[in-house]
Amino acid sequence: MRGIPSSEITPEHVYLSRRRFMAATGALGAMLALGACGASPDTSPTAPADTRTDELGDRLNSFEQITTYNNYYEFTTDKQRVARLARDFRVSPWEVAVGGLARRPRVFGLEDLLRFEQEERIYRLRCVEGWSMVIPWLGFPLRRLLAEVEPLAAARYVRFETVLRPEEMPGQRDRFYPWPYVEGLRLDEAMHDLTLLATGLYGRSLTPQNGAPLRLVGPWKYGFYANVNPDVPHPRWSQATERRIGEGGRRPTLPFNGYAEEVAALYAGLDLRVNF
Amino acid sequence: MADQQQPWRAWPRLAVHLALLPLALLIFDAATGRLSVNPIQDMTLRTGKAALALLMLSLACTPLNRLLGWKWAVALRKPLGLYSFLYVCLHLLVFAVADYRLDPALIGQAIAEKRYVLAGLASFALLLPLALTSTRGAMRRLGRWWRRLHRLVYAAAALAVLHYLWLSKVWREPALWGVALVILLLARLPIVRPPRAHGDRHRFLLPGAQAQHPQISPERHLQQSKIRNPQSKMASAAPSSGSARPARAQGHPDAGGEPPQQAQHGEHGPRPVDQRRRPQGARQQQGDDPAHDEQALPELRPEPPGPALSHQIAGAPGDDQE
Ligand code: HEM
Repeated sequence: MRGIPSSEITPEHVYLSRRRFMAATGALGAMLALGACGASPDTSPTAPADTRTDELGDRLNSFEQITTYNNYYEFTTDKQRVARLARDFRVSPWEVAVGGLARRPRVFGLEDLLRFEQEERIYRLRCVEGWSMVIPWLGFPLRRLLAEVEPLAAARYVRFETVLRPEEMPGQRDRFYPWPYVEGLRLDEAMHDLTLLATGLYGRSLTPQNGAPLRLVGPWKYGFYANVNPDVPHPRWSQATERRIGEGGRRPTLPFNGYAEEVAALYAGLDLRVNF
Repeated sequence: MADQQQPWRAWPRLAVHLALLPLALLIFDAATGRLSVNPIQDMTLRTGKAALALLMLSLACTPLNRLLGWKWAVALRKPLGLYSFLYVCLHLLVFAVADYRLDPALIGQAIAEKRYVLAGLASFALLLPLALTSTRGAMRRLGRWWRRLHRLVYAAAALAVLHYLWLSKVWREPALWGVALVILLLARLPIVRPPRAHGDRHRFLLPGAQAQHPQISPERHLQQSKIRNPQSKMASAAPSSGSARPARAQGHPDAGGEPPQQAQHGEHGPRPVDQRRRPQGARQQQGDDPAHDEQALPELRPEPPGPALSHQIAGAPGDDQE
């Protein structure tokens, strides 16, 4: 996306979008969730058996891995504690208001969202902290939702505003961060087929720690929606390599997290060293 | 005074080994599967945090003594510093071995790309010589340079805080450590002194002046010496505690794991003659200052307390002049 100063990960997203046509209120809770959710590991549907891989041949991370290691500052900055703190988070009723520069702005209930055809997408998740996972999401492309509201020609960006419920999300009581978390995508990024609104994980409902009931997933981006670019050294974490959860050692990070073929065209002409 | 405090004096020196607790917890968590699915990150962060916390605690010892009169803190400075270094080494091992698998290309790239790694390495590079010269022999050999060298601990701490700041997504916590470090540095300033800090006053007097106000009688001093003696044996028996050394911190705001006076002024120190000529009065005055002598003595001075004490103590005022 546009030039996000790389030094700004959490609170600064507020600056991201100037012009907006969509405001999703009360939803998209897990945008900070760089990791994934957490549920009771004992009910892990992966069992020993899930040997599926992504299109590059990398094995899926286990349900337990995905659900016990979550970056979700609305609850806590401690990745291992998110699952417990999020356990009782109310995921329904849930509404997403889509407005702004749209011909038919409207409010979607969770039921409406689940009516979109749900498909499984196995995506790599590359966290800017230097680790990654392979996650089988369930959901539908964001573009279908956007199509329903008919963006006006003037719309250029999508601004996401996430849930604000300090009573239920202890991390939001910390005034150090400007809640609610706000994030943005260029409209063409948002309309890209890879951009997913996830409603499930491993074939079941999304777990609260992974962003239930609805989570935005842009697999070529870091959790904070800058593009994964191994050529741009991040001042905090080397982006050249990553640790795949469950593996030892490090592996090279791919440009656009391995999705360059699909998305590089979005950024043709942009200097990605500056605009990442 | 020294004699009355005797019974609980040993506690801080035992308690300092609680510094091993974070390591024990880490090992326990690893052994019982309590680490996260990203165990390398857990180990890196936890060893790093422990290293920084212990380093700051070590730096806090001298001010605690100077400003609050907590004399026992002085003995903890060096063991805390060494424990901090232990965690730094573990931290570096996790980074280089577990994470980067000793791959020189990858490590080189990480150093080149990530300024926080560079800051961490720089901090390590400063701490290494300090740890290596924490021995009695090194203190003696280095003489007055020992203290100057060991002032680097402040630079190492500043680099460690910078390291933390640069690697953090959220600056609050590293900033708090930074504030703590600034406060510790400020506490070094001579103007920041309590009106009646224990045994502190003499440091700002000329050496000669000290001889002029002995505070205790020679008899009492002798008595203290005798009591100190058993303690010294205890300390020598457990050298890892390092408890014996940091005595000189009492007189020196720039402590941070510094050596006791005798390192510089022992028989092989730069000013031995001077020391031995110190008038009796100086010795007594110093002798009244427990933080100054008692812990410093034993480990470094196997000799009987009497004469040894006089060497060591007499040398102390000179230190302040450096
Ligand atoms: C020897 C060279 C060093 C290297 C290569 C190094 C490397 C690292 C790395 C890779 C991280 C983790 C970054 C992350 O995953 O977010 C880290 C974190 C940290 N390091 Fe170091 N470090 C070094 C020296 C030090 C020293 C000397 C100290 C303190 C005395 C220190 C204190 C810390 C602290 C406090 C953290 C953050 C812990 C946290 O966030 O909870 N490091 N270091």
